Amino acid sequence: MTAVRPPRLIGQPAPRPEAARLASGAGAYVDDVDLPRQLHAAFLRSPHPHAAILGHDATAARALPGVAAVLFWDDLAGVVTPLQTRHAGFPGLVSPPQPPLADRRVAYQGEPVALVLAASRALAEDALEAIAIDYAPLPAAADAATALDPGAPKAHPDLPDNLCWAGEISGGDVDGAFRDAALVVAQTFRFTRHTGVTLEPRGLIAAFDRASGQLDVRISHQQPHQLQVYLADLLGLPMTRVRVIAPDVGGGFGIKMHVYADEVAVCAAARLLGRPVKFIADRLESMAADVHAREHVVDARMALDAAGRITAFDVADRHGLGAYTVFPRSSTMETVSAVRTIGAPYAMAAFRARMQAVFQNKSLIGQYRSVGHPIACTVTEALVDQAARTRGEDPLAFRARNYTPGAALPFTNPAGVRLIDLSHAACHARLEALMDRDAVRRDMADARARGRLPGLGFAAFVELTASGSEAYGAGGVAVAAMDSVTLALEPDGTVKGEASVSEIGQGIAGTLARVVADALALPADQVRIATGDTRSAPHGGGAWSSRGAAIGAEAALGAAARLRAAILAGAAALLQAQPETLDLADGAIVDASGAPRLTLAALAQAALFRGHEFPGGRLPQLAVAHQHGRAQDRAVPTNGIQAALVEIDPGTGLVACRRHWVVEDCGRILNPLLVDAQIRGGVVQGIGAALYEACRYDGEGQLLTGTLADYLLPMAAEMPDIAVAHVETPYSGSVLGAKGAGEAGTCAAAAAVLNAVNDALAPFGTAIAELPVTPVLVLDALARRQAA
Amino acid sequence: MSARTGMPDSLDTKDSVDISCRVNGETVAARVPVRQSLVDFLRHGLGLTGSHVGCEHGVCGACTIVLDGRCVRGCLLLAAQADGAEIETIEGATASGRLDALRAEFVTRAGLQCGFCTPGMLLTAAEFLDAGGGPDRSEIRDALSGNYCRCTGYHAIVDAVEAAARSHPRSA
Repeated sequence: MTAVRPPRLIGQPAPRPEAARLASGAGAYVDDVDLPRQLHAAFLRSPHPHAAILGHDATAARALPGVAAVLFWDDLAGVVTPLQTRHAGFPGLVSPPQPPLADRRVAYQGEPVALVLAASRALAEDALEAIAIDYAPLPAAADAATALDPGAPKAHPDLPDNLCWAGEISGGDVDGAFRDAALVVAQTFRFTRHTGVTLEPRGLIAAFDRASGQLDVRISHQQPHQLQVYLADLLGLPMTRVRVIAPDVGGGFGIKMHVYADEVAVCAAARLLGRPVKFIADRLESMAADVHAREHVVDARMALDAAGRITAFDVADRHGLGAYTVFPRSSTMETVSAVRTIGAPYAMAAFRARMQAVFQNKSLIGQYRSVGHPIACTVTEALVDQAARTRGEDPLAFRARNYTPGAALPFTNPAGVRLIDLSHAACHARLEALMDRDAVRRDMADARARGRLPGLGFAAFVELTASGSEAYGAGGVAVAAMDSVTLALEPDGTVKGEASVSEIGQGIAGTLARVVADALALPADQVRIATGDTRSAPHGGGAWSSRGAAIGAEAALGAAARLRAAILAGAAALLQAQPETLDLADGAIVDASGAPRLTLAALAQAALFRGHEFPGGRLPQLAVAHQHGRAQDRAVPTNGIQAALVEIDPGTGLVACRRHWVVEDCGRILNPLLVDAQIRGGVVQGIGAALYEACRYDGEGQLLTGTLADYLLPMAAEMPDIAVAHVETPYSGSVLGAKGAGEAGTCAAAAAVLNAVNDALAPFGTAIAELPVTPVLVLDALARRQAA
Repeated sequence: MSARTGMPDSLDTKDSVDISCRVNGETVAARVPVRQSLVDFLRHGLGLTGSHVGCEHGVCGACTIVLDGRCVRGCLLLAAQADGAEIETIEGATASGRLDALRAEFVTRAGLQCGFCTPGMLLTAAEFLDAGGGPDRSEIRDALSGNYCRCTGYHAIVDAVEAAARSHPRSA
């Protein structure tokens, strides 16, 4: 019943329909709305990484003007339960309960301890200063590398040690491959934590109506349905009494896909007080208490045969995930994602990854753009360059020999990753065409003439997108991997819809509208898809794992096919014709000759206002729903290759990105303007990880990077132009053939930059294996050479 | 325009001060807490929510407004300092039509995604163009380096400003 027509809108570049409104200052982000009788929340957060709370006194705070309440865990415990992550996909997962406000102990700096509700945020902050907490500091587990050593400080005193979860993925004869190897390259890689820094901080307004028992939560969030499920569960409310609304969202990147303790505390407080409560995180608390990402130490080695073919990888990842395994998805997904795609572009025969995820008295690690993949890509591609350099070989020639050939697909590699519909060789060739190598050589010569050290780096990648229900649902986590779309024909012949995907700036709502418009032969502006409100949008995944085009658009296509069939059936009844002889064109039902017989508006008006005109009074069903999930393929793999040109200033150690190139294959491109926007934005987040961004803690677990003066972000002046090109290998398991595009830029950008830095350092016989590449690391590397 | 300072800042009475200024061409008289930032006053006192608050310490540029003809950080000024000032926010700049060509380039080229940085980015870019800035991409990047964008990677923003520079009336 799927109508496959020559697409008019799919594949054409188009701005997102919301752009003009947002660019006029007319956005409605969560802090732009106030409710009557609203209170403002401010959290007293722990200044200690780890401490017992012996007592507290809020008498003075409660007496301040404008203060409605000061709440501790004991005040909330009657209306909300602690967060506790369960995920059967991680057997043996150790997961202590995480109360929304600290219960007699704090386990990371920034953990919420008390919640002040006052007439303004300023007054609430005044009251924070009047609260006395009697802390007894405890030794803090900060360093992941030593977290499992005997006698190491424990993040949670009641647990036997700091191990949250350990696991292994293996396939093929790893020991044999290394025993028989002609060449083994090995390296220990260190990745410092960073975070997403959404420009709009997290925030919400929770309102509870005691008469109806209804909780309404307006929140800057990527997954309103997931949040609805868990708020209902934690607060003991039926889902029909929990409404979550995501308004305009000022950036997500994964940071806003979790259920945060502070946000749950705000909802509990609203329920307790029966008044709306607004909480908008400030930047300091965002840096301290938004989820962080990455933090790995990876020991990795790669085996090659005498012909320079990669035969095996053997890696051990130590991942520091903070004080709790993030609710509800578990931080341990990070370590699995960090190792699973190691070696994925290449036709290796054996693979082993040992994973250890450890607790620390630090902020929680959560899923952030391209979860784990940048670690896997950096480890793989740095080892690949090391091998090529050792063999005295061009890094592109080395890669070209080792890619999994298209003819070998589908291929389940020894890491257990099922690889389908990939195009390594085509992307590689496209990159060579995209880059003007002569111009690059001239740029590099020019840099040398200016006393700079130029370097060119490459990184091929596989990014797993649009995760299926195996990732979370199979583990007992209430996360939807499917998406839903409803559509209805309006009396004026336009189509309105609701989708479970989340619009967070990527443009998915407009993209779905264009898919529907194509299927119904309507102009794009005649279809409007709304998102973000659990009262009206049917349940579904929201925005995670680059699923909008791959899953959401497929659901939209299915819904459009249903509506098309209903329209044709209704028209056939009115016109006394056979539905098969009718078609849609330009907002009308047409006959086999293409002549218009009935406009969509006329059909809708007949159905809605004059139902008696239909034979037997049988109304056409002009409101439809479709749900789409995948039965096959745990994830939809995508691939591509990136290149970076950098210059090192040997005097300061500063690395400047001069050029960046990306060729990627996200299958069928629904809107090239928005895909390129995703790629470029993702690349710059990867460059941030490569050169600037770091959540730094001291050895005692004190956060040192609480402001944007300490935590460095990419700025316009430092960023290069980014050339983007595509290869389109449609996903074979869907009608549209689209795959995820939102994370591919981030996946490989850091790896390309690191390889470029090491290309620049290669003449000095030195290399760096740590991100971010700070000026100090560069100067140390250069000094190592000079000392040698 | 009357400032709706009744809630909640009227409770913040420890120290307040009367100010009078012009905002988007209208005269505003209000009593503001002396510690209130200018952007908080514009957003919560006047309902001009197009100016955004991203960092509150003068780094990100989301709160950029025009004060006496120059782009400034709304989070680094106090409302009290605006007494006697002429202020233009994104709402006023949009209504005047002076951003139309630039905004059209941002929209057409996907120079925004989530849109949170965009009001500040547009005002800063317009100041650059009005000061004679041309289509040189590295000059554009320098001019925008005080405004963070986390979504676009800047490339499309630079495209938009470059295109606007080429069609700027001055270029004709």
